[in-house]
Amino acid sequence: MTPEAFFTLAERLSAGLTGDEVLFCNLGGEVSDFVRLNHNRMRQAGNVRAAGLTLTLIDGARQAEAAFDLSGDPETDLALGRTLIGRLRERLAVLPDDPYLQYATEPSTGMAHQEPRALPPAEEAVATLIEAAEGLDLVGIWASGLIRTGLASSLGHRHWHERASFNLDWSLYLSGDKALKSSYSGFDWNPDVVHERLRTMRAGLEILRRPARRLDPGRYRAYLAPPAVEELMGMLAWGGFDLRDHRTQQTPLLKLVRGECAFDPRITLREDHARGLMPGFTPEGFILPPSVTLIDAGAFGDCLVDARSGREYGEPVNAASGSPESLSLEPGDLPESEVLARLDTGLWIGHLWYCNWSDPNEARVTGMTRFGTFWVEDGEIQCPIDVMRFDDSLYALLGTRLEALTRERELRLSPETYEGRSSASVLLPGVLVSGIALTL
Amino acid sequence: MTRSDARRAPWIATRDDHGAPNLARLADIAQTFVAHAPVCDAWTLRLVAETTDHLEVRQGVVEPSLIGCSLGAMVTVVEGAGSGYAATSDLSRAGLCAAAERARDWARVQARLGLFDARLQPPGATVADYRTPVEESWESRPLADKLALLQAANQALDIDERIQDWSAWLTHRRVEQLLIGSAGARVTQVLDYVHPGVQVVANAGSQTQRRHGGGADGGLQGGLENLVRLGFLEDATRLAEEAIALLDAPECPSDVRDLILMPNQMALQIHESIGHPLELDRILGDERNYAGTSFVTPEMFGHYRYGSELLNVTHDPTLPGELISVAADDEGTPAAREVLIRAGILERPLGGALSQARSGLPGTATSRASGWDRPPIDRMGNLNLEPGQGSLADLVGQVERGILMDTNRSWSIDDSRNKFQFGCELGRLIEDGQLKGLVRNPGYRGLSAEFWRSLAGVGGPETLGVGGVLNCGKGEPNQAVYVGHAAPPCLFRRVAVFGGGE
Repeated sequence: MTPEAFFTLAERLSAGLTGDEVLFCNLGGEVSDFVRLNHNRMRQAGNVRAAGLTLTLIDGARQAEAAFDLSGDPETDLALGRTLIGRLRERLAVLPDDPYLQYATEPSTGMAHQEPRALPPAEEAVATLIEAAEGLDLVGIWASGLIRTGLASSLGHRHWHERASFNLDWSLYLSGDKALKSSYSGFDWNPDVVHERLRTMRAGLEILRRPARRLDPGRYRAYLAPPAVEELMGMLAWGGFDLRDHRTQQTPLLKLVRGECAFDPRITLREDHARGLMPGFTPEGFILPPSVTLIDAGAFGDCLVDARSGREYGEPVNAASGSPESLSLEPGDLPESEVLARLDTGLWIGHLWYCNWSDPNEARVTGMTRFGTFWVEDGEIQCPIDVMRFDDSLYALLGTRLEALTRERELRLSPETYEGRSSASVLLPGVLVSGIALTL
Repeated sequence: MTRSDARRAPWIATRDDHGAPNLARLADIAQTFVAHAPVCDAWTLRLVAETTDHLEVRQGVVEPSLIGCSLGAMVTVVEGAGSGYAATSDLSRAGLCAAAERARDWARVQARLGLFDARLQPPGATVADYRTPVEESWESRPLADKLALLQAANQALDIDERIQDWSAWLTHRRVEQLLIGSAGARVTQVLDYVHPGVQVVANAGSQTQRRHGGGADGGLQGGLENLVRLGFLEDATRLAEEAIALLDAPECPSDVRDLILMPNQMALQIHESIGHPLELDRILGDERNYAGTSFVTPEMFGHYRYGSELLNVTHDPTLPGELISVAADDEGTPAAREVLIRAGILERPLGGALSQARSGLPGTATSRASGWDRPPIDRMGNLNLEPGQGSLADLVGQVERGILMDTNRSWSIDDSRNKFQFGCELGRLIEDGQLKGLVRNPGYRGLSAEFWRSLAGVGGPETLGVGGVLNCGKGEPNQAVYVGHAAPPCLFRRVAVFGGGE
């Protein structure tokens, strides 16, 4: 759907409003190719064309929402939209006033179109990958195409955000669970990058062939590469910064807020709306600030405040939801090239997996090591390890036992596709810790 | 099958029944597709209409309600050795034809670069019809009554100033699906769900405790009769009292003790350490980049001792009322009850017809998609642990020193589905065969390959809990689906347990 078609649909739906009714229309859609790979061959391939419209009908202090899939035919979509507005109108007659209703009453506009980029045909990119990975046991997913988000209201809001991108997320298996993982995502496809990464991974597989070391439970020095740090940040995103979770004492950062625990002063976390991969507006029409500082030099900064929580607790809106989607962790001063030497002896953890709260009151997280995790001695990678479970507090890993953050950071675009292709991203350094507690 | 066979597709009957308002429309769309069916070796069309209604009251305030209407099509095309899919919400003739073209384009690419010959997929010819039995339909009660019910639940939760947050919700979901195929398949299914639930949060200082229930940790097919079946209102005040009591309870001890898991935690235990390891697509390697592989290998089937002799596990999509009770899976394989583990011995994996053909192993009717925009993959359906004998008190009576754990709050397991750690909302000490006081932040960890061999007691049929999980995620692209699980409380010997704290 084009922005013009979307805005026209919103105008025609708004034309049917009565009295003081207000209508917000939020569009989300994608045209995507997906190719699964296993054993370096195509397992399952296809295309998804999806577009959905969410209608929020407001009358005075009452509101109700409806969502439906757009067919793309203007008359069909208009008819279904009008039918649903009729159902919402009936519903509003029964609903009480909503004390936490909040929307931007001043109309705003914004058109974020990406510069034309060179996305390859999906079949061409996949063929390149399969050829480059000849002889390897490659498994993964290619996803590419357009992602669109739109907002229009009867008050005059008009916003559009569109990105064409690709996300290639793959791993190379040696045997059993011994594997290396990589990804290549962005907006400009360069097959040389895939060739280069596969060359590096082929060398890594040689180390992976060495007999794996089985560790006993205990505390080990460790370097957490950015993908592993991303898993820990994912835990913080789960209730760590949402204003409602803070005001209802549910946040796993309760002890940080109460001053009973702290992160290391080198930990500064921001939600970087200005990164621009996510829309710069909320569904209620609020324009997002460029950045929100969540953790400021180890201390708690600001919460993420969506429109509803903002009204409930009297805080200005600074996010579309209470969970960060463009997170960045400030870098440190450890050159990536010196990580192994500084680690000396311990674990080089490439990825963590399946994290969950072990005790949220202590910000204690459990999870598993996965892809590309090695034993290091005297600054040299020795061998892979059998997967291990950790159970440790973030107040330790990002606080009392933090030794260094790398100077370089990695921008990682989310490969998640549960509710359509995600536009979330993180910008993270690696983290060196004096100890991580392994339990099983 | 020849190309001309593929064009002689079955005629679609139309009808419009009460409780399935979209079936007639799906039949019309299917008829349009059939009239312009793609020229290819084989095709399927899966049409899915999904309607939802979510109502929630939090702290006495009605949250914004959401009515959902989703309708779309998934077309698959087989041409030569390749297959491809295309999903679209454009259900016009042109939209369906364009989707078939895109699917055929991918089929041609896969014919060159595919992992296996697409003709391995058995052409489905199942004709079947299934509808969830509904005693009291969602529409039978007006909105005002439902909101009043939610307000009553809110009042039952708000019992103390230490209660910091509380909410109650009711969600209706109806999935109407029509699957047709060029080989003659026609499967019509209407699945109805009413999901109630409550949640309550208590806090004192730096200690916060949550409880949820009233249907929130699983669910059943059916209508508003689920409110009583799942204990919606009855649970509320008890859960709030437990959340408060947990604030001052001692931490669960860190020790090796006997462990009794209640049915709602058994659902997670079965799900993660039996269901996922037995999925054929994991064993075949499809999921290794995301959900993971499995410690189970093909040669284990038929003789591997998965658990003690008390362990009997079935996959049964024919049971009425459980979350995944259906007539056929999303590839059209007829539903059937299968034994996966008998007296502790591993017999059969979980996997649909295609995975069975790829692996040469038997399987189950359980290839499912999360919606019209995703292709089917191997999933659990209703994966159940069969009851044994005796009451919960009989199990407790067998324990000299142990812990009882109830209601999952944390789950984590390695990518081979072996090293697990789970946390529960509520724990209770067991001493000398008697239930004693509460303990907070209870957790336990172990290895799937050893844990089930320590199974020492399985409750009888009267203790069976029927539920499941609503957010089982796997697949690339990602898919989250419902999974049904039924289990009695179970006793395990000598398990590593622990509590909270630094």
